[in-house]
Amino acid sequence: MIKRVAFFCFFCLVMVTKSQAQDDLLKLAETQDSARTGHTTGTFKATRLLNGHTVQTNGAGALLFLISHRFGTLNSGAYEFWGLDQATIRLGLEYGLTDQLTVGVGRSSLEKTYDGFLKYKLLQQQEAGMPITLTLFTSTAIKTLEWFEPNVEEQFKYRLTYTFQALVARKLTDRVSLQVAPTLVHRNLVPLSTDENNVYAVGAGGRFKLTKRTTFNAEYFYLLPGATADQFRNSLSLGVDIETGGHVFQLMATNSQGMIEQFFIPSNAGSWSKGDIYFGFNISRVFQLKEK
Amino acid sequence: MKKRGRMLLLAGALALLGPPGVQAQGKYMTRTGYISFFSKAPLEDIEAHNRQVVSILDTKTGELVFSVPMKAFQFKKALMQEHFNENYVESDKYPKATFKGKILNLQEIDFGQDRLYNLQLEGVLTIHGVERLLKTNATLDVKGRQLQGRANFSVTPQEFNIEIPALVREHIAKRIDISVQMLYAPFQEKPLRP
Repeated sequence: MIKRVAFFCFFCLVMVTKSQAQDDLLKLAETQDSARTGHTTGTFKATRLLNGHTVQTNGAGALLFLISHRFGTLNSGAYEFWGLDQATIRLGLEYGLTDQLTVGVGRSSLEKTYDGFLKYKLLQQQEAGMPITLTLFTSTAIKTLEWFEPNVEEQFKYRLTYTFQALVARKLTDRVSLQVAPTLVHRNLVPLSTDENNVYAVGAGGRFKLTKRTTFNAEYFYLLPGATADQFRNSLSLGVDIETGGHVFQLMATNSQGMIEQFFIPSNAGSWSKGDIYFGFNISRVFQLKEK
Repeated sequence: MKKRGRMLLLAGALALLGPPGVQAQGKYMTRTGYISFFSKAPLEDIEAHNRQVVSILDTKTGELVFSVPMKAFQFKKALMQEHFNENYVESDKYPKATFKGKILNLQEIDFGQDRLYNLQLEGVLTIHGVERLLKTNATLDVKGRQLQGRANFSVTPQEFNIEIPALVREHIAKRIDISVQMLYAPFQEKPLRP
Protein backbone atom coordinates (compact mmCIF):
# COMPACT_ATOMS: atom_id res chain seq x y z
CA MET A 1 0.00 0.00 0.00
CA ILE A 2 2.69 2.44 1.05
CA LYS A 3 4.60 1.45 -2.04
CA ARG A 4 1.60 2.28 -4.24
CA VAL A 5 1.09 5.66 -2.62
CA ALA A 6 4.75 6.43 -2.97
CA PHE A 7 4.69 5.42 -6.62
CA PHE A 8 1.58 7.52 -7.25
CA CYS A 9 3.21 10.54 -5.62
CA PHE A 10 6.34 10.01 -7.66
CA PHE A 11 4.26 9.65 -10.84
CA CYS A 12 2.44 12.93 -10.07
CA LEU A 13 5.75 14.65 -9.43
CA VAL A 14 7.13 13.48 -12.76
CA MET A 15 3.99 14.65 -14.60
CA VAL A 16 4.12 18.06 -12.95
CA THR A 17 7.79 18.61 -13.69
CA LYS A 18 7.25 17.39 -17.23
CA SER A 19 4.41 19.78 -18.02
CA GLN A 20 6.33 22.62 -16.38
CA ALA A 21 9.46 21.82 -18.31
CA GLN A 22 8.03 23.04 -21.59
CA ASP A 23 6.78 26.32 -20.21
CA ASP A 24 10.23 26.77 -18.78
CA LEU A 25 11.76 26.01 -22.15
CA LEU A 26 9.57 28.71 -23.76
CA LYS A 27 10.39 31.16 -20.98
CA LEU A 28 14.05 30.37 -21.47
CA ALA A 29 13.68 31.03 -25.21
CA GLU A 30 11.97 34.37 -24.58
CA THR A 31 14.85 35.54 -22.40
CA GLN A 32 17.39 34.58 -25.05
CA ASP A 33 16.36 37.33 -27.49
CA SER A 34 19.14 39.07 -29.34
CA ALA A 35 20.10 42.33 -27.62
CA ARG A 36 18.49 44.70 -30.14
CA THR A 37 15.26 45.95 -28.63
CA GLY A 38 12.33 46.90 -30.80
CA HIS A 39 11.76 50.50 -31.75
CA THR A 40 8.39 52.11 -31.33
CA THR A 41 6.33 52.22 -34.50
CA GLY A 42 3.49 54.46 -35.62
CA THR A 43 3.83 57.34 -33.15
CA PHE A 44 1.56 59.27 -35.53
CA LYS A 45 -0.37 58.20 -38.61
CA ALA A 46 0.97 60.93 -40.88
CA THR A 47 3.91 63.26 -41.40
CA ARG A 48 1.62 66.16 -40.30
CA LEU A 49 -0.19 66.42 -37.01
CA LEU A 50 -2.64 68.95 -38.48
CA ASN A 51 -0.79 72.01 -39.81
CA GLY A 52 2.60 71.25 -38.34
CA HIS A 53 4.95 68.36 -38.92
CA THR A 54 5.15 65.27 -36.72
CA VAL A 55 8.28 63.27 -35.88
CA GLN A 56 7.29 60.76 -38.60
CA THR A 57 9.59 60.53 -41.61
CA ASN A 58 8.99 58.57 -44.80
CA GLY A 59 10.65 55.20 -45.02
CA ALA A 60 13.56 54.89 -47.44
CA GLY A 61 12.40 55.03 -51.04
CA ALA A 62 8.86 56.14 -50.22
CA LEU A 63 7.39 59.13 -52.03
CA LEU A 64 4.51 60.87 -50.33
CA PHE A 65 2.14 63.09 -52.27
CA LEU A 66 0.29 65.52 -50.04
CA ILE A 67 -2.69 67.64 -51.01
CA SER A 68 -3.63 70.17 -48.35
CA HIS A 69 -6.69 72.32 -48.63
CA ARG A 70 -8.29 74.99 -46.44
CA PHE A 71 -11.66 76.54 -47.20
CA GLY A 72 -12.65 80.07 -46.11
CA THR A 73 -13.82 80.95 -42.63
CA LEU A 74 -17.01 79.57 -41.18
CA ASN A 75 -18.23 83.07 -40.28
CA SER A 76 -18.17 84.35 -43.88
CA GLY A 77 -21.89 83.66 -44.12
CA ALA A 78 -24.32 82.13 -46.59
CA TYR A 79 -23.10 84.26 -49.53
CA GLU A 80 -19.71 82.51 -49.33
CA PHE A 81 -21.45 79.25 -48.43
CA TRP A 82 -19.79 79.43 -45.01
CA GLY A 83 -16.34 79.45 -46.51
CA LEU A 84 -16.68 76.58 -48.96
CA ASP A 85 -16.55 78.94 -51.96
CA GLN A 86 -12.98 79.88 -51.15
CA ALA A 87 -9.94 77.72 -51.23
CA THR A 88 -6.30 77.84 -50.31
CA ILE A 89 -4.25 74.89 -51.43
CA ARG A 90 -0.79 73.44 -51.03
CA LEU A 91 0.60 70.59 -53.10
CA GLY A 92 3.61 68.78 -51.72
CA LEU A 93 5.98 65.93 -52.43
CA GLU A 94 8.11 64.29 -49.75
CA TYR A 95 10.69 61.62 -50.41
CA GLY A 96 12.52 59.38 -47.94
CA LEU A 97 16.20 59.29 -48.88
CA THR A 98 16.83 56.98 -45.93
CA ASP A 99 14.58 55.79 -43.10
CA GLN A 100 15.78 58.84 -41.16
CA LEU A 101 16.14 61.60 -43.76
CA THR A 102 13.24 63.07 -45.72
CA VAL A 103 13.41 65.86 -48.28
CA GLY A 104 10.29 67.71 -49.34
CA VAL A 105 9.01 70.46 -51.63
CA GLY A 106 5.69 72.24 -51.78
CA ARG A 107 3.82 75.07 -53.34
CA SER A 108 1.11 77.06 -51.58
CA SER A 109 -1.43 79.22 -53.36
CA LEU A 110 -1.25 81.62 -50.40
CA GLU A 111 1.16 84.40 -51.51
CA LYS A 112 2.32 81.99 -54.27
CA THR A 113 4.90 80.46 -51.98
CA TYR A 114 7.33 77.64 -52.74
CA ASP A 115 8.87 75.76 -49.86
CA GLY A 116 11.54 73.13 -49.44
CA PHE A 117 12.38 71.23 -46.29
CA LEU A 118 14.67 68.68 -44.71
CA LYS A 119 13.62 66.43 -41.89
CA TYR A 120 16.02 64.21 -40.00
CA LYS A 121 15.07 61.66 -37.36
CA LEU A 122 17.93 61.84 -34.88
CA LEU A 123 16.55 59.65 -32.07
CA GLN A 124 14.00 56.87 -32.22
CA GLN A 125 11.94 55.84 -29.22
CA GLN A 126 12.73 52.28 -28.11
CA GLU A 127 10.61 49.86 -26.12
CA ALA A 128 13.42 49.67 -23.60
CA GLY A 129 15.88 52.54 -23.45
CA MET A 130 15.38 55.71 -25.47
CA PRO A 131 12.14 57.29 -24.18
CA ILE A 132 11.52 59.79 -27.03
CA THR A 133 11.70 60.31 -30.75
CA LEU A 134 13.53 63.46 -31.82
CA THR A 135 13.25 64.79 -35.37
CA LEU A 136 14.94 67.97 -36.57
CA PHE A 137 13.16 70.05 -39.18
CA THR A 138 14.26 73.00 -41.27
CA SER A 139 12.55 74.70 -44.18
CA THR A 140 13.01 77.61 -46.53
CA ALA A 141 10.06 79.36 -48.14
CA ILE A 142 10.15 81.71 -51.15
CA LYS A 143 7.31 84.11 -51.71
CA THR A 144 6.87 84.62 -55.46
CA LEU A 145 3.98 87.07 -55.40
CA GLU A 146 4.72 90.15 -57.53
CA TRP A 147 6.83 92.66 -55.63
CA PHE A 148 4.63 93.92 -52.83
CA GLU A 149 6.55 96.68 -51.01
CA PRO A 150 6.54 100.00 -52.93
CA ASN A 151 8.95 101.61 -50.44
CA VAL A 152 11.55 98.82 -50.49
CA GLU A 153 13.76 98.01 -53.44
CA GLU A 154 13.23 94.41 -54.59
CA GLN A 155 15.91 91.98 -53.50
CA PHE A 156 15.67 88.20 -53.71
CA LYS A 157 16.65 87.66 -50.06
CA TYR A 158 13.64 89.68 -48.96
CA ARG A 159 11.43 86.91 -50.27
CA LEU A 160 12.87 84.25 -48.01
CA THR A 161 11.68 82.87 -44.69
CA TYR A 162 13.36 80.11 -42.66
CA THR A 163 11.97 77.74 -40.06
CA PHE A 164 13.93 75.67 -37.55
CA GLN A 165 12.11 73.18 -35.41
CA ALA A 166 12.90 70.36 -32.99
CA LEU A 167 10.10 67.82 -32.82
CA VAL A 168 10.08 65.76 -29.65
CA ALA A 169 7.44 63.05 -29.31
CA ARG A 170 6.63 60.11 -27.15
CA LYS A 171 4.14 57.34 -27.77
CA LEU A 172 2.80 56.95 -24.25
CA THR A 173 0.48 54.06 -24.92
CA ASP A 174 -0.63 52.39 -28.14
CA ARG A 175 -3.40 55.04 -28.26
CA VAL A 176 -1.84 58.23 -26.97
CA SER A 177 1.14 60.09 -28.45
CA LEU A 178 2.26 63.57 -27.44
CA GLN A 179 4.59 65.99 -29.16
CA VAL A 180 6.34 69.24 -28.24
CA ALA A 181 7.95 71.43 -30.89
CA PRO A 182 10.14 74.43 -30.05
CA THR A 183 10.19 76.55 -33.21
CA LEU A 184 12.01 79.54 -34.67
CA VAL A 185 10.67 81.32 -37.74
CA HIS A 186 13.07 83.83 -39.26
CA ARG A 187 11.71 86.31 -41.79
CA ASN A 188 14.23 88.26 -43.84
CA LEU A 189 11.80 91.12 -44.39
CA VAL A 190 8.96 92.28 -42.17
CA PRO A 191 6.59 95.16 -43.00
CA LEU A 192 7.27 97.38 -39.98
CA SER A 193 10.39 98.18 -37.97
CA THR A 194 8.53 97.15 -34.80
CA ASP A 195 7.82 93.68 -36.23
CA GLU A 196 10.10 90.83 -35.22
CA ASN A 197 12.31 89.09 -37.75
CA ASN A 198 12.77 86.18 -35.39
CA VAL A 199 9.58 84.71 -33.98
CA TYR A 200 9.86 82.03 -31.30
CA ALA A 201 7.03 79.64 -30.57
CA VAL A 202 6.39 76.33 -28.84
CA GLY A 203 4.08 73.85 -30.48
CA ALA A 204 2.31 71.17 -28.49
CA GLY A 205 -0.09 68.52 -29.62
CA GLY A 206 -1.05 64.93 -29.60
CA ARG A 207 -3.25 62.21 -30.86
CA PHE A 208 -5.71 59.83 -29.33
CA LYS A 209 -6.48 56.67 -31.24
CA LEU A 210 -10.24 56.19 -31.50
CA THR A 211 -10.00 52.93 -33.45
CA LYS A 212 -7.09 51.18 -35.14
CA ARG A 213 -7.48 53.40 -38.19
CA THR A 214 -8.87 56.68 -36.84
CA THR A 215 -7.36 59.14 -34.43
CA PHE A 216 -8.38 62.43 -32.84
CA ASN A 217 -5.66 65.08 -33.05
CA ALA A 218 -5.12 68.48 -31.42
CA GLU A 219 -2.37 71.00 -32.03
CA TYR A 220 -1.49 74.38 -30.51
CA PHE A 221 1.30 76.82 -31.23
CA TYR A 222 2.11 79.23 -28.43
CA LEU A 223 3.90 82.44 -29.48
CA LEU A 224 6.52 83.51 -26.98
CA PRO A 225 5.89 87.07 -25.65
CA GLY A 226 6.86 89.83 -28.07
CA ALA A 227 5.44 92.11 -30.74
CA THR A 228 4.17 89.22 -32.85
CA ALA A 229 2.43 87.58 -29.90
CA ASP A 230 0.70 90.92 -29.16
CA GLN A 231 -0.60 91.40 -32.70
CA PHE A 232 -1.36 87.86 -33.81
CA ARG A 233 -3.10 84.80 -32.45
CA ASN A 234 -1.87 81.41 -31.41
CA SER A 235 -2.82 78.63 -33.80
CA LEU A 236 -5.28 76.04 -32.54
CA SER A 237 -6.36 73.07 -34.65
CA LEU A 238 -8.54 70.06 -33.97
CA GLY A 239 -9.10 67.18 -36.31
CA VAL A 240 -9.31 63.51 -37.13
CA ASP A 241 -7.05 61.17 -39.10
CA ILE A 242 -8.60 58.38 -41.13
CA GLU A 243 -6.13 55.85 -42.45
CA THR A 244 -7.12 53.55 -45.28
CA GLY A 245 -4.05 51.53 -46.21
CA GLY A 246 -1.98 53.75 -48.46
CA HIS A 247 -3.95 56.96 -47.84
CA VAL A 248 -4.35 59.10 -44.76
CA PHE A 249 -7.21 61.61 -44.73
CA GLN A 250 -6.95 64.37 -42.17
CA LEU A 251 -10.02 66.51 -41.59
CA MET A 252 -9.70 69.54 -39.38
CA ALA A 253 -10.97 72.83 -38.05
CA THR A 254 -8.30 75.48 -37.50
CA ASN A 255 -7.93 79.23 -37.10
CA SER A 256 -4.99 79.23 -39.54
CA GLN A 257 -5.30 79.67 -43.26
CA GLY A 258 -1.73 78.91 -44.28
CA MET A 259 -0.27 75.41 -44.34
CA ILE A 260 3.42 76.13 -43.85
CA GLU A 261 5.13 77.31 -40.66
CA GLN A 262 5.70 80.93 -41.73
CA PHE A 263 1.95 81.39 -42.15
CA PHE A 264 0.34 79.46 -39.33
CA ILE A 265 2.84 80.41 -36.61
CA PRO A 266 3.69 84.15 -36.84
CA SER A 267 0.91 85.57 -39.02
CA ASN A 268 -2.26 84.06 -37.76
CA ALA A 269 -5.16 86.53 -37.47
CA GLY A 270 -8.09 84.16 -37.04
CA SER A 271 -9.94 83.91 -33.75
CA TRP A 272 -11.88 80.79 -32.76
CA SER A 273 -14.29 82.79 -30.59
CA LYS A 274 -15.24 85.07 -33.51
CA GLY A 275 -15.80 82.13 -35.80
CA ASP A 276 -12.69 82.60 -37.96
CA ILE A 277 -12.54 78.87 -38.34
CA TYR A 278 -11.22 77.30 -41.50
CA PHE A 279 -12.40 73.84 -42.38
CA GLY A 280 -9.67 71.91 -44.12
CA PHE A 281 -8.16 68.60 -45.05
CA ASN A 282 -4.86 66.94 -45.88
CA ILE A 283 -4.79 63.86 -48.09
CA SER A 284 -1.59 61.90 -48.34
CA ARG A 285 -0.78 58.99 -50.60
CA VAL A 286 2.42 56.96 -50.40
CA PHE A 287 4.16 55.43 -53.41
CA GLN A 288 7.06 53.09 -52.83
CA LEU A 289 9.57 54.04 -55.55
CA LYS A 290 12.46 51.92 -54.33
CA GLU A 291 12.00 48.74 -52.33
CA LYS A 292 14.20 48.15 -49.30
CA MET B 1 12.00 -3.12 0.28
CA LYS B 2 14.45 -3.64 -2.48
CA LYS B 3 12.09 -1.98 -4.93
CA ARG B 4 11.57 1.00 -2.70
CA GLY B 5 15.30 1.40 -2.38
CA ARG B 6 15.63 1.47 -6.14
CA MET B 7 12.80 3.96 -6.40
CA LEU B 8 14.53 6.25 -3.91
CA LEU B 9 17.70 5.98 -5.90
CA LEU B 10 15.81 6.95 -9.06
CA ALA B 11 14.15 9.88 -7.31
CA GLY B 12 17.55 10.97 -6.08
CA ALA B 13 18.98 10.78 -9.59
CA LEU B 14 16.09 12.85 -10.94
CA ALA B 15 16.64 15.45 -8.24
CA LEU B 16 20.25 15.67 -9.28
CA LEU B 17 19.17 16.39 -12.87
CA GLY B 18 17.37 19.45 -11.54
CA PRO B 19 20.19 22.01 -11.29
CA PRO B 20 20.31 24.33 -14.32
CA GLY B 21 23.88 23.48 -15.27
CA VAL B 22 22.95 19.91 -16.01
CA GLN B 23 19.59 20.82 -17.57
CA ALA B 24 21.31 22.37 -20.57
CA GLN B 25 22.49 18.96 -21.74
CA GLY B 26 20.84 17.73 -24.87
CA LYS B 27 19.45 21.15 -25.70
CA TYR B 28 20.09 22.90 -28.98
CA MET B 29 19.36 26.52 -29.68
CA THR B 30 19.43 29.36 -32.20
CA ARG B 31 18.96 33.11 -31.64
CA THR B 32 19.12 33.96 -35.32
CA GLY B 33 16.51 31.62 -36.72
CA TYR B 34 14.88 32.65 -39.98
CA ILE B 35 11.14 32.83 -40.59
CA SER B 36 9.58 34.37 -43.66
CA PHE B 37 6.03 34.67 -44.83
CA PHE B 38 4.55 35.22 -48.21
CA SER B 39 1.05 35.89 -49.41
CA LYS B 40 -0.11 36.27 -52.95
CA ALA B 41 -2.94 38.70 -53.52
CA PRO B 42 -4.51 40.12 -56.67
CA LEU B 43 -3.05 43.59 -56.16
CA GLU B 44 0.37 42.92 -54.67
CA ASP B 45 2.39 40.19 -53.01
CA ILE B 46 3.27 40.64 -49.39
CA GLU B 47 6.54 39.28 -48.11
CA ALA B 48 8.45 39.67 -44.86
CA HIS B 49 11.61 38.24 -43.32
CA ASN B 50 12.65 37.76 -39.73
CA ARG B 51 16.17 36.69 -38.76
CA GLN B 52 15.87 37.13 -35.01
CA VAL B 53 13.87 34.07 -34.04
CA VAL B 54 14.87 32.21 -30.89
CA SER B 55 14.24 28.48 -30.86
CA ILE B 56 15.26 25.72 -28.48
CA LEU B 57 15.11 22.00 -29.22
CA ASP B 58 15.47 19.45 -26.43
CA THR B 59 16.75 16.28 -28.06
CA LYS B 60 16.01 14.20 -24.95
CA THR B 61 12.33 15.01 -24.66
CA GLY B 62 11.63 16.11 -28.23
CA GLU B 63 10.30 19.43 -26.97
CA LEU B 64 10.58 22.33 -29.36
CA VAL B 65 9.83 26.00 -28.69
CA PHE B 66 9.95 29.19 -30.79
CA SER B 67 9.89 32.82 -29.69
CA VAL B 68 9.34 35.23 -32.60
CA PRO B 69 9.75 39.01 -32.07
CA MET B 70 7.05 40.48 -34.32
CA LYS B 71 8.76 43.84 -34.83
CA ALA B 72 11.75 42.07 -36.33
CA PHE B 73 9.77 41.21 -39.48
CA GLN B 74 11.26 43.26 -42.31
CA PHE B 75 9.06 44.26 -45.24
CA LYS B 76 10.18 45.82 -48.49
CA LYS B 77 7.82 48.74 -47.93
CA ALA B 78 8.13 50.79 -44.76
CA LEU B 79 4.42 51.53 -44.71
CA MET B 80 3.49 47.85 -44.96
CA GLN B 81 5.73 47.11 -42.01
CA GLU B 82 4.09 49.85 -39.98
CA HIS B 83 0.60 48.63 -40.82
CA PHE B 84 1.59 45.04 -40.00
CA ASN B 85 2.67 46.11 -36.50
CA GLU B 86 0.01 48.77 -35.88
CA ASN B 87 -3.13 47.42 -37.49
CA TYR B 88 -2.83 43.67 -37.83
CA VAL B 89 -0.65 41.85 -35.31
CA GLU B 90 -0.68 44.74 -32.77
CA SER B 91 2.96 44.30 -31.79
CA ASP B 92 2.73 46.71 -28.86
CA LYS B 93 0.16 44.45 -27.22
CA TYR B 94 1.45 41.12 -28.49
CA PRO B 95 5.20 41.59 -29.06
CA LYS B 96 5.95 37.92 -29.65
CA ALA B 97 4.48 34.98 -31.48
CA THR B 98 5.35 31.63 -29.93
CA PHE B 99 5.18 27.95 -30.69
CA LYS B 100 5.53 25.26 -28.10
CA GLY B 101 5.33 21.72 -29.26
CA LYS B 102 7.10 18.44 -29.60
CA ILE B 103 8.50 15.99 -32.08
CA LEU B 104 6.02 13.13 -32.29
CA ASN B 105 8.40 10.62 -33.90
CA LEU B 106 11.38 11.30 -31.63
CA GLN B 107 12.28 7.60 -31.40
CA GLU B 108 13.04 7.56 -35.15
CA ILE B 109 15.79 10.14 -34.79
CA ASP B 110 19.33 9.35 -33.81
CA PHE B 111 21.02 12.66 -33.05
CA GLY B 112 24.40 10.92 -33.21
CA GLN B 113 23.84 9.82 -36.81
CA ASP B 114 24.34 12.43 -39.58
CA ARG B 115 21.32 12.16 -41.84
CA LEU B 116 18.22 13.99 -43.00
CA TYR B 117 15.23 13.02 -40.87
CA ASN B 118 11.56 13.68 -41.41
CA LEU B 119 9.78 15.05 -38.38
CA GLN B 120 6.18 15.24 -37.34
CA LEU B 121 5.53 18.23 -35.14
CA GLU B 122 2.55 19.10 -33.01
CA GLY B 123 2.03 21.99 -30.67
CA VAL B 124 0.37 25.28 -29.89
CA LEU B 125 1.04 28.28 -32.13
CA THR B 126 0.25 31.63 -30.52
CA ILE B 127 -0.05 34.71 -32.73
CA HIS B 128 -1.84 37.95 -31.78
CA GLY B 129 -2.64 36.39 -28.39
CA VAL B 130 -4.67 33.59 -29.99
CA GLU B 131 -3.66 29.94 -29.48
CA ARG B 132 -4.15 27.40 -32.25
CA LEU B 133 -3.13 23.77 -32.53
CA LEU B 134 -0.59 23.26 -35.30
CA LYS B 135 0.41 19.95 -36.81
CA THR B 136 3.02 19.98 -39.54
CA ASN B 137 5.84 18.03 -41.11
CA ALA B 138 9.40 19.23 -40.97
CA THR B 139 12.89 18.04 -41.79
CA LEU B 140 15.93 17.91 -39.56
CA ASP B 141 19.38 17.62 -41.06
CA VAL B 142 21.83 16.34 -38.47
CA LYS B 143 25.40 17.43 -39.28
CA GLY B 144 27.73 16.73 -36.41
CA ARG B 145 26.94 19.19 -33.66
CA GLN B 146 24.70 21.29 -35.90
CA LEU B 147 21.04 20.61 -36.58
CA GLN B 148 19.26 22.25 -39.49
CA GLY B 149 15.49 22.33 -39.19
CA ARG B 150 13.06 23.35 -41.93
CA ALA B 151 9.29 23.53 -42.07
CA ASN B 152 6.56 25.07 -44.20
CA PHE B 153 2.94 25.59 -43.25
CA SER B 154 0.06 28.01 -43.83
CA VAL B 155 -2.16 30.07 -41.60
CA THR B 156 -5.05 32.45 -42.19
CA PRO B 157 -5.41 35.84 -40.51
CA GLN B 158 -8.97 34.92 -39.47
CA GLU B 159 -7.94 32.00 -37.24
CA PHE B 160 -5.82 34.39 -35.18
CA ASN B 161 -8.54 37.06 -34.93
CA ILE B 162 -6.64 39.37 -37.25
CA GLU B 163 -9.32 41.51 -38.72
CA ILE B 164 -8.99 42.80 -42.25
CA PRO B 165 -11.24 45.74 -43.08
CA ALA B 166 -13.41 45.47 -46.18
CA LEU B 167 -11.54 48.37 -47.75
CA VAL B 168 -8.23 46.50 -48.04
CA ARG B 169 -9.54 42.92 -48.17
CA GLU B 170 -8.60 42.64 -51.82
CA HIS B 171 -4.98 43.54 -51.04
CA ILE B 172 -4.41 40.77 -48.55
CA ALA B 173 -4.47 37.07 -49.37
CA LYS B 174 -6.67 34.66 -47.48
CA ARG B 175 -3.78 32.27 -46.89
CA ILE B 176 -0.32 33.12 -45.66
CA ASP B 177 2.54 30.69 -46.34
CA ILE B 178 5.17 30.52 -43.61
CA SER B 179 8.63 29.12 -44.10
CA VAL B 180 10.91 28.27 -41.18
CA GLN B 181 14.67 27.62 -41.28
CA MET B 182 16.63 27.07 -38.09
CA LEU B 183 20.28 26.24 -37.63
CA TYR B 184 20.71 24.91 -34.10
CA ALA B 185 23.92 24.68 -32.12
CA PRO B 186 24.44 23.20 -28.65
CA PHE B 187 22.78 25.40 -26.06
CA GLN B 188 24.80 28.01 -24.29
CA GLU B 189 23.06 30.40 -21.96
CA LYS B 190 23.47 34.03 -22.87
CA PRO B 191 25.54 35.88 -20.29
CA LEU B 192 23.26 38.08 -18.20
CA ARG B 193 23.21 41.69 -19.26
CA PRO B 194 24.67 44.08 -16.68
